[in-house]
Amino acid sequence: MATTRILEWLGRLYIWLLLAFLYLPIIIMALMSFNVSPFYQLPFEWTTEWYASLWQNDQLIAATWNSVEIAVITTIICVVLGSAASLALYRYEFRGKKFLQAMLFPPIAIPWLITGTAMLIFFFGVGIGRGLHAILLGHVALALPYVIVVVSARLQTFAPELEEAARSLGANQWQVTRRVTLPWIMPGVIAGGLFAFAVSFDQFVVSYFLATPGQTTLPVEIYAAIRKGFTPEINAVSTIIIVVSMALMLLTARFFKFGGEK
Amino acid sequence: MAIFLPLSAMVFFSFMTELPLSGKPWAFTLGNYAAFFSQSLYLTLLLASLRLGLEVTLWCVVIGYPAAYVLAKVLKGRSREAIFLLVILPFWSNGLVRIFSWAMVLREGGILDTALNAVLPFKINIDLMYSYPAVIIGLVHSYVPYMVLTCYLTLQAIDDSLIEAGRSLGASRLQVLKRVIIPLSMPGLVAGAALIFVPVVGSFMEPRILGGRTGTFYGTVIEDQFVAVFNWPLGAALSFILLAVVLVILAVASPVLRRAA
Repeated sequence: MATTRILEWLGRLYIWLLLAFLYLPIIIMALMSFNVSPFYQLPFEWTTEWYASLWQNDQLIAATWNSVEIAVITTIICVVLGSAASLALYRYEFRGKKFLQAMLFPPIAIPWLITGTAMLIFFFGVGIGRGLHAILLGHVALALPYVIVVVSARLQTFAPELEEAARSLGANQWQVTRRVTLPWIMPGVIAGGLFAFAVSFDQFVVSYFLATPGQTTLPVEIYAAIRKGFTPEINAVSTIIIVVSMALMLLTARFFKFGGEK
Repeated sequence: MAIFLPLSAMVFFSFMTELPLSGKPWAFTLGNYAAFFSQSLYLTLLLASLRLGLEVTLWCVVIGYPAAYVLAKVLKGRSREAIFLLVILPFWSNGLVRIFSWAMVLREGGILDTALNAVLPFKINIDLMYSYPAVIIGLVHSYVPYMVLTCYLTLQAIDDSLIEAGRSLGASRLQVLKRVIIPLSMPGLVAGAALIFVPVVGSFMEPRILGGRTGTFYGTVIEDQFVAVFNWPLGAALSFILLAVVLVILAVASPVLRRAA
């Protein structure tokens, strides 16, 4: 059994090494946002001036608001449409249901690049054009499947007898949905909403192709800045983004165990 | 659905000579596809991108699979839950930011350089930035959580008694791994490989930031057609060729990999 012990110990060590690989660059990037030197030179000297100068950067702030606005609207639209669609898929049988379900699955066989360029061409072709409204449409299309998958997963655990019981006690369809079904799927709806927010807030490739100068989102703005040259300001805004999205995901994890334990 | 309309529009555009909205007359042409086949540059770049996708996928298997195994079979209870969350947490944070963070580590005079020189008695120059390995490292960092996730899900479903049965019948650890664990977790490996290979082949932001001038791949050429050269029809044709190649590879690989399972 000594070998087993050693192997288990090695396994634990390995996991910690992997976590180091995953997190050390991010931590270093975050530390550098508090360093005085604009060229990332050591020794480390503490400052918050890069965060202060972010406030002066109107372009970045405008892009941030765009990102937040689009993410919030995407979340609302996706939660409403996604929950309704999940309920419809759960309750009713209709022709082409299987086909529709397959189509709704996140399109994993298509590289992001192609999704982005195809949307650009399509929106251009039908006259929607580019800009924030196009980005919003794109984000809704990308995030909707996630909401449907998460809410449908939650619906799988729902006992239809509950609805029947409510109905036999005199509740109408609307009351059944509002008082019985919705409270049950609420954790799924919240998790789906948080997923949708994260998908939209972090989305870069699709936004990049749909953005126009002046109508951009934060990741697009950061990419443009990175390509001009590395500055600690980029580190500062990146640090803020990382903290926000990780906090958001931890929140999601409270509502929805993504496939962890059964 | 939302993606298939745009895709068909793209196919349509890829046969055009000019953008219809630019005011110039346009006609249907096969020229954009001919451009791909007449210039060996595009084919070379496509092969480079496919190779990149393959290498990144392999590294993700090598790094991710053991981690998934430890998570599924060694760790228990709360520590497993916490570490699982920590492993998959980064992939919901911004990919761009994580790629940028590697630039901090890999540049000359960056953290890796400084740290190694502080430890080693002799002077070495680590300048991995703007190189092929930098692109690989960045992409593996971005995509390895997918592999851990998918393999973890299938490994966790393997009944421990199967492993014990194999062991008590006299199989060595290696034999159990080869005959029981890997075959049973094959669906996870395949799913993870597909989830990684597809986006990596179409990556353009990662090679741009970490690869610099060496970071010209098929994806960056497509990006250029849309944002720099404004030759959308050519970009559409190149995109469509990439999509076709990816779909063919997935279609060919899936029965082969399924038989292995």
